[in-house]
Amino acid sequence: MSDRPGGKDRTGTRDPIPRVVITLGFVSLLTDISSESVSAILPLYLTAVLGLSTIAYGFVDGLYQGVSALVRIAGGWASDRSDHPKWVAAIGYGLSCVARVVLLFASGLGAISAVVTADRIGKGLRTAPRDAMISAATPTADLGRAFGVHRTLDTVGAALGPLIAFSILWVIPDGYVTVMIVSLAFAVLGVALLGLLVPDERPREKLEVAPGREFRWRDVAEPRLNRLLVIAGLLGILTVGDGFLYLALIDQQDFDATWFPLLYVGTNTAFLVLATPLGALADRIGRARMLVFGHAALLGAYACVALASGGALFTVLTLVLLGTFYAATDGVIAALAGRLVAPTVRASGIATAQTVVALARLLASFGFGVLWYAVGPRTALLIVGGALLVAVPLALQLMRGLDASADTA
Amino acid sequence: MTSRRIIAFVVVAVLAIGGTVAFVLRDYDRYRDRIDSAPPVPRTSLGAVVDGPRVVFRNTAIGNDYGLVAVVPLDDLTGPRAFTDVSCDRIDASPTGASCLVTKRGVVTRYAWLDLGPDLTVEDEHGIAGLPSRTRLSPDGSLTASTVFVSGHSYMQAGFSTATRIREVGGTDYGNLERFDFRLDGERIASVDRNVWGVTFADDTTFYATVATGGTPYLVKGNLTERTLTAIHAGAECPALSPDGTHIAYKKNVSDDATHWTIAVLDLATDKEVLLDGETASVDDQVQWLDDDTVLYGLPRADEAGVTDVWQLEATADATPQMFLEQAWSPAVIH
Repeated sequence: MSDRPGGKDRTGTRDPIPRVVITLGFVSLLTDISSESVSAILPLYLTAVLGLSTIAYGFVDGLYQGVSALVRIAGGWASDRSDHPKWVAAIGYGLSCVARVVLLFASGLGAISAVVTADRIGKGLRTAPRDAMISAATPTADLGRAFGVHRTLDTVGAALGPLIAFSILWVIPDGYVTVMIVSLAFAVLGVALLGLLVPDERPREKLEVAPGREFRWRDVAEPRLNRLLVIAGLLGILTVGDGFLYLALIDQQDFDATWFPLLYVGTNTAFLVLATPLGALADRIGRARMLVFGHAALLGAYACVALASGGALFTVLTLVLLGTFYAATDGVIAALAGRLVAPTVRASGIATAQTVVALARLLASFGFGVLWYAVGPRTALLIVGGALLVAVPLALQLMRGLDASADTA
Repeated sequence: MTSRRIIAFVVVAVLAIGGTVAFVLRDYDRYRDRIDSAPPVPRTSLGAVVDGPRVVFRNTAIGNDYGLVAVVPLDDLTGPRAFTDVSCDRIDASPTGASCLVTKRGVVTRYAWLDLGPDLTVEDEHGIAGLPSRTRLSPDGSLTASTVFVSGHSYMQAGFSTATRIREVGGTDYGNLERFDFRLDGERIASVDRNVWGVTFADDTTFYATVATGGTPYLVKGNLTERTLTAIHAGAECPALSPDGTHIAYKKNVSDDATHWTIAVLDLATDKEVLLDGETASVDDQVQWLDDDTVLYGLPRADEAGVTDVWQLEATADATPQMFLEQAWSPAVIH
């Protein structure tokens, strides 16, 4: 197997990123162009063309929050069980591609919701097997960097999507169908790239697992993974959605709401710039440690919003810190989780960690909403920030040893 | 084997990209044709229509004037339109001016809330945080309200909520109505998922709006000086107060999955609700009153993307809708 024990020569030149990782990165880039170009225009399309109110769409969309998390576990399980991560991922990408076709003919809110759901399920299915493939293809010592490169490519796609969509609408103001066709083309390219040019590696077959020792949930319930799940869950509960931070920024009266949409762009830019260097840094200092440091950046963002009296400098600083947080956690947790379990259950392990984080953050948003109304945004942020201030050193302590044991997995 | 796969990918790529480019070019031609072949809308000057009884609206006739604010005399609705050079997604007007919400499309789409003067030129601009939804002026034009959709996405979650604000034109900002005290059945509610939208003013202190919590939209009566919202009726969205102040029209969800709305009218004195189901299409609009007996609302044309018409409907149970103003949206009637 490609996994190498730790202690690789850190001063020497680094291996290039495996081709599979780059290819998977471009699959994500193409797919993200596809999905983000459509989601950027969907509210306009619903109101301007279909005459629906977006609040109705919002209600329906909200119903599917939990679905994705459950599907993700199913995707991980199917991937490990079948020993064909590539084809499970392909089904996920394919489902989103089919949703693009259906969108061309969907005119009612019900149909649109169904399309959005199919897309969401596709995303849930493909994430864990794809991350497991990245994990399997990369030597342990380079894992953080590999995930960083993948997430950078992924985010570049997410940034290009709206750009392409609005360029089309600028030239053809009623060209919503054209945007959907272009989106479909990118989805097809993504699926074709995955289907034709990514090898169908079979982790279990490669390990020559004895017939009796196939997929077992017991292997996922590995004590070291459980430790990660507890810590990630704890930190996740203290992770307020960035939407709340943006709203809190706006709450400071001197902030011009016109720039609100730019906040997302700022955070994403910081994320895509930092994902690869922070991933590489995680390989050196330890991925578990980087995960905790990411939450320290988040704490900094809370402080900026809660303590600063506004002003452009603090706004920019908040976005950079938020981008740092995502860059230090999003790919890093997948890299970490994939090494804490046996390769036979790798996709399930990654999926479980991601689902725990997603559910904890969902809970966090709910709880923060209550706090926001009870004590106001500033105090609410100070309370959560205070808890995070305690949680970060605690997590650092609890994470101890996870990196070393991951290296020898 | 591998080279065959590369060839297959190149073939797929060429087909997908070629087909898409061809489609884009054809759609561009179609759009140009649509603009060029659109019958010219008869036009008049603003000065000719800006004093008498009139309708101020968003023009949705395809062409170079698409999306612009236009005015027609109330007694000659099919006659020539006077165009401003202001583009609005939503507009409400009074004799003293107008309130306008607009999407400024670009690489990063931005949104603005404009105060227009009596001659419908821009006097003031405020940034807003999301997609325009509703705007209303108070009867004397001194207060203005807006509702926008704020959408947020982080890597792990998606969300949608509304932000509704009231301010004096050129004066005090009362801020986001979510901060007002919300009272339901005599109790103060501090719920998480509270959303406020669709303001309609009674006077300079009292207004009505929608507050949704726990999945139920409530009609609320608001008080600006006390900063309160008090629920008075359930299942009502986007209220509109009749000119005489006795009735409120709103859209009511009549399906299980929030996909079909029918206009309902509530008699404030008797709390009796009448469903205007003579209109069978789903009406997803904040209605306007033409007079004390008739409501106006916009509907999109099924066969022409982006084109809408304004319909009128008598506020009785089995009334039949009639065309009010073609190729128009967001009407405001000034008597």
